[in-house]
Amino acid sequence: MKDSRLETAPNRWVLPDGVDEYLPPEAEALERLRRELLDMFRGWGYELIIPPLIEYLESLLVGAGHDLEIETFKLIDQATGRLLGVRADMTPQAARIDAHQLMRSTPVRLCYLDSVLHTRRNGFASSRNPLQLGAELYGHAGIESDIEMLRLMVRCLRVAGLQSFHVDIGHVGIFRALAHEAGLTEGKEAILFDALQRKAKPEIEAFLADGTITERHRRMLTALVDLNGHTDVLDEARAIFKSAGREVHEALDNLRQMAAAAQCQFAAINLHYDLAELRGYRYQSGVVFAAFAPGFGQEIARGGRYDEIGRLFGRTRPATGFSTDLKTLLALAPAAPEPKQAILSPPWSDDDELRKLIRRLRAEGERVIYTLPGQAVDLAEMGCDRLIERREGRWAVVAAGGPAV
Amino acid sequence: MITIAVSKGRILLETLPLLARAGITPVDDPHTSRKLIFETRRADVRLVVIRAADVPTFVEYGAADMGVAGKDVLMEYGGGGLYEPLDLGIARCRLMLAGPEQAVPRARRTRVATKYVETARRYFAARGEQVEIVKLYGSMELAPLVGLADLIVDLVDSGNTLRANGLRPYETIADISSRLIVNKAAMKMKHEQVKGLIAQLEAATKTQG
Repeated sequence: MKDSRLETAPNRWVLPDGVDEYLPPEAEALERLRRELLDMFRGWGYELIIPPLIEYLESLLVGAGHDLEIETFKLIDQATGRLLGVRADMTPQAARIDAHQLMRSTPVRLCYLDSVLHTRRNGFASSRNPLQLGAELYGHAGIESDIEMLRLMVRCLRVAGLQSFHVDIGHVGIFRALAHEAGLTEGKEAILFDALQRKAKPEIEAFLADGTITERHRRMLTALVDLNGHTDVLDEARAIFKSAGREVHEALDNLRQMAAAAQCQFAAINLHYDLAELRGYRYQSGVVFAAFAPGFGQEIARGGRYDEIGRLFGRTRPATGFSTDLKTLLALAPAAPEPKQAILSPPWSDDDELRKLIRRLRAEGERVIYTLPGQAVDLAEMGCDRLIERREGRWAVVAAGGPAV
Repeated sequence: MITIAVSKGRILLETLPLLARAGITPVDDPHTSRKLIFETRRADVRLVVIRAADVPTFVEYGAADMGVAGKDVLMEYGGGGLYEPLDLGIARCRLMLAGPEQAVPRARRTRVATKYVETARRYFAARGEQVEIVKLYGSMELAPLVGLADLIVDLVDSGNTLRANGLRPYETIADISSRLIVNKAAMKMKHEQVKGLIAQLEAATKTQG
């Protein structure tokens, strides 16, 4: 028995799950936002790069974790037999360009906005072909460049029209230093890391109670799970980690500076600190931050310091940056005003007066569409609310169904 | 407004007294009502009652800010997309490997019936055993009896159902209890409310003993 309401034969028009495309008018809104953001980056001194969609897999996966490897589509290069990857993240490409193509001695600011592909969805309703937008700053190790990155991320969300969002700030150096001091093996650190990401306090307590870790370190590592909230958690952390090493205190100093800068520069944004938030732990090396928007259960942009990648490309360079997905930003932005409707012109002809009028209208930013001979005319479907008509011996723009305007 | 996702049945039954101690009591009786969303006596908290396996999905994607889910469901769901700050210590049972009273020798690859496909796969991989997993949605105990599978991986409470069907538990895979789970963004954006509720529920779990 065949149910005609269910598709039985493969069809040619369905897109794969998680692969999207933009139609009018959203495509235009997306393009508008793209231009605005790139202009903003330019104003901040970030130079645009356009790296290739595919390159050798090992360059794309430099310093990255297992997740990125799974996320990357792979194919064989017919010319060399080597494995190519379709980029799933442009950050390693930017790092490669800074380390090997530009080779400057001064700090380098780069930005990019292009398609990346993911083998699987990263979350609910997320796209497998996002438009990754990001900025990176190489060659400066101080917290000042991290602060610039945070400011740029906030600016970027503002330009996209997002009004209320939260920023979460953490530092991977604290957990890393504590785990090292406590003498955790790599395997144990990974288990603890996993439990911390889920703030699974019962599991963390049970895991640390195995007798191999001193009471002092156990107390400090367990405390991480509750160290989240407003700036007062930084004071609390200072007290709890009193006996910890220099690295932990330097990390806390960094967070303090960042908090002070953030508070005076974007007072209206809700800041949240979380010392157990270790996003991108494998390649991040310092401050990490992310933005969240109300009604959206997952982070919308994220960034932080990753000083190690340059070394893997053969040139050690401090690095910090952030990235986001243009499609997510557009989806969260307030609806754009209806685009202005177009003007319908009679079919093109040798009439010089008509051509001049149309050229002038287009120069003024109007959209003018020629009628094609013999075509069906439906003003609403064609997006037109005005016509060019002959009035009193001259060509004039008139409202559809109304007097001349 | 905080939305808490709870599943019908034993978890709901044992969660309601804990919630009541935090001042959260549903206005309508969720055991009998056909509603899916329940207002509570606290204006800032509402409950949604859904299928157990759906609770992590609702919470991870922010359709609910918090939820109560069995560790069995969370292990199967996987990933680090949720916070699990509190063991509520309710709906306790064990996830077990079970099989016939008398183990039957077999020449082919072992077949295991379970609804916990991912967890079973990880368990047998850790034991270095290659098995074939048969996904079933219920009545696992039937599978060995009718030759559909050799073993089962399932939740065991008293063990009565196993015994009644001539099966016995072989090994405990994990001790199970219900966890409070929290959406990552809600933990940050509704920090005061969420942290307050976690503290209240933690206190409630402790006084319950």
